[in-house]
Amino acid sequence: MNAFLAVDAVSLGFGGAVALDSVDLSVAKGEIHAVIGPNGAGKSSLLNAISGLYRPDSGTIRIADDGFSRVPTKRLAELGVARTFQNLALFKGLSVLDTVMAGLVHRQSAGLAAQIFGLPAARREAREHRERAEAVIASLDLADVRDRLAGTLPYGVQKRVELARALVARPRLLLLDEPMAGMTATEKQRMSGYIRAARVSSGTTIVLIEHDIGVVMSLSDRVTVLDHGRRIASGTPAEVQADPAVLAAYLGLAFDEEAA
Amino acid sequence: MATTSSPVAPPLRRPSANRVGLVLLLVLAYGLVPLVGTSYLYEAILTPFLALSLAALGLNLLTGYAGQLSLGSSAFMALGAYAAFNLSLRLPVLPLPVTLVLAGLVSALAGLIAGLPALRLRGFYLAVSTLAVQFFVAWVLNRFGWLSNDSPSGVVSAPPLVIAGLSFEDARGRYLVSLTVVSLLTLFAWRLVASPTGRSFVAVRDNETAARVIGVEVARTKLLAFALSSFIVGIAGVLWAFAYLRTVEPAGFNLDRSFQILFIVIIGGLGTLRGAFLGAGLIVVLPLLLSRLGAALLGDGFDSGTLEMGQRIALGGLIVAFLIREPAGLVALLDRAVRRVRRPA
Ligand SMILES: Nc1ncnc2c1ncn2[C@@H]1O[C@H](COP(=O)(O)OP(=O)(O)O)[C@@H](O)[C@H]1O
Ligand SMILES: [Mg+2]
Repeated sequence: MNAFLAVDAVSLGFGGAVALDSVDLSVAKGEIHAVIGPNGAGKSSLLNAISGLYRPDSGTIRIADDGFSRVPTKRLAELGVARTFQNLALFKGLSVLDTVMAGLVHRQSAGLAAQIFGLPAARREAREHRERAEAVIASLDLADVRDRLAGTLPYGVQKRVELARALVARPRLLLLDEPMAGMTATEKQRMSGYIRAARVSSGTTIVLIEHDIGVVMSLSDRVTVLDHGRRIASGTPAEVQADPAVLAAYLGLAFDEEAA
Repeated sequence: MATTSSPVAPPLRRPSANRVGLVLLLVLAYGLVPLVGTSYLYEAILTPFLALSLAALGLNLLTGYAGQLSLGSSAFMALGAYAAFNLSLRLPVLPLPVTLVLAGLVSALAGLIAGLPALRLRGFYLAVSTLAVQFFVAWVLNRFGWLSNDSPSGVVSAPPLVIAGLSFEDARGRYLVSLTVVSLLTLFAWRLVASPTGRSFVAVRDNETAARVIGVEVARTKLLAFALSSFIVGIAGVLWAFAYLRTVEPAGFNLDRSFQILFIVIIGGLGTLRGAFLGAGLIVVLPLLLSRLGAALLGDGFDSGTLEMGQRIALGGLIVAFLIREPAGLVALLDRAVRRVRRPA
C-alpha cells in the first residue's frame, strides 16, 4: 500500500545530543500508527519534525504527494495535518467553542471588513463553522463546557478540547503526542473511543505517541519503536511485542515500571 | 458570540442583560447627561474620560487581546492629533468625520511600521522598541515646525468642531462629539473581538506555536493588531487634542500619557472592552476625589504639589495592588460583585 506519510532517514540533533538518528516511518492511509519508546527516545521530536516545528538536519518527509526537507508549519493545516501537543497547547482565554472554531481558521475566507460589518458571506461562514464546531463538541461530550474558558477546565477535559480543535478541521493526518498522558483507565478508554471514531468518520490517518502498552496494543494497527533517537522496530503490535530488541530496550522497562 | 442553535442551554450567559445595560447607558449618556450636565462635568470629567477610554480601548486590542506590549500609545495619539490638525489646516474642505478617519489611518500606518519588530521581538524587548517610537515621534514633532504650522511655541489651537454646518464648540457639543466617536469605535472593537480575527488575536497571545499550527497567519495577525489598535488610539488622540485640550502640542502626548493609558488597561482589565472604561473612569475621578479628600483632611496644608504626589502614590499603590490581588482588573471585581447580588448565598 502506498504510504500517506513517509519519513525517510530523518536526522535531528540539538547541539551534541542526537534526537533522531536516520529515522524512517511509513504510515498507510487510514492507519493508526503508534510510536513508542522510553522518555527522551525522540518521539516528540519526530512529531515536531513532521509538523515542521523542528527542521531536520537531513532526510525528507512526504505527506500525501508533497515531499519536504522542512515541512512548512504555515501550510500544515492546508495540507490536511492537525496535531495535539504533549504539554497542553490551548488558548486559555478562549471558550471551548471558540477554541474549536479556531481549528477552522485556515478555512476562513471572509475578510476583516466582512466580519466586522456582518456581511452575508461572513455570517454564512461563521454559521457553518459554528455548526461544525458544535458537532465535534457534541461528539467528544464537551457540550456541558462549551462556554467555559479552556484554561479553567480539568486536565483531562483540556486534552479532549485540544483533540476537538484538531478534529474539527477533519484532518487527513492527525498527530497526537501523548493524548492520554495522566488519564485514568476509564478516561483512556473514552479517549481511545474518540480516536477510533475519528478514523471511522473521516478516514483520518493517525500517528499517536502513547506509553500505555495496553492502549497501544488495542488501538493501533502498527507500531514503531524508538530508542535513543533510533528506530529499533516496526510492525504489528504482536510482532513488536515479540521483538527481542524491543523487549530489551523498552517493554521490559515499561512492564517493570507498571509492576512497581 | 451568543448562539441559539444549540440544544444545550449556555450556562452563565446573559447577553440580553448586558444589552439592556448598554442601552440604558446610552440613553443616560445621550438623553439625561446633556440635560443636567455642567461645563465642569463635561470639561473636567466626561470628555477626558471618553478620550482616555478610547485610547485604552485601542491599546487593549493590542496588549490585552493580541498580547503585544506597547509603551508608545501616546505617540500614536500625537500622530492622530497632528494628522487631523494638518488635514483641517491644509484641506479645510474635508468634513470633520473624514478628517478623523484619515487621521486614524495615518496612525494605523505608523502602527503597522512600529509593529514590524514584533515579528522578531516579544515581551520586554518589544516594549523597548515601542518606547523608541515614542521618542522618535516626539523628535519629529519638534524637528519639523511646519507640522505645528510653524508656531514658535509649538503649541497650536485646535480647529473648531463643526460637522455639517453645526458647531459643537461648547463644552456639551465637544462631549457629544466625543461620545459619538467613542460609541462607534467601541462598536467596531466589539465586533472585532467577537470575530474570527479577534479569536486569532487571542490565539497568538495565548500560544503562538499552536496558533501557527492551526493556520493562524501569525505575522499578519500581529501587524493587523498594531494597525487596528493604532487607528483607534490615533482617533483618541484627535479627541484628546480637539475636544478636551483644545490645543495640539507635543506635551499633551508625552511618555507619562503612554504609561497612564497602560495603567488604565491594567487596572481596568486586560483583554476586556469594559475594562478600558472602568480603568479610565477611575483614573479621571481619582485625582478629583483625592483633592476633595485632601482638602477635607489637611485643610490649607494641602497644595497642588501634595496633590500631585498623593496622586502618584495612590496610583502606584493601586497598580501594585491590582497586579498582585486582581490581575484581571476592575472588570473581574465588578463581575464578582454582580454575581453576588444576583445569587445571594
Ligand atoms: N527543543 C529542544 N532543545 C534541545 N533538546 C531537545 C529539544 N527537543 C528535544 N530535545 C532533546 O531530544 C531528545 C528527544 O526528546 P523528545 O523528542 O522530547 O523525546 P520523547 O518525546 O521521546 O520523550 C531528548 O534528549 C531531548 O532532551
Ligand atoms: Mg515527548
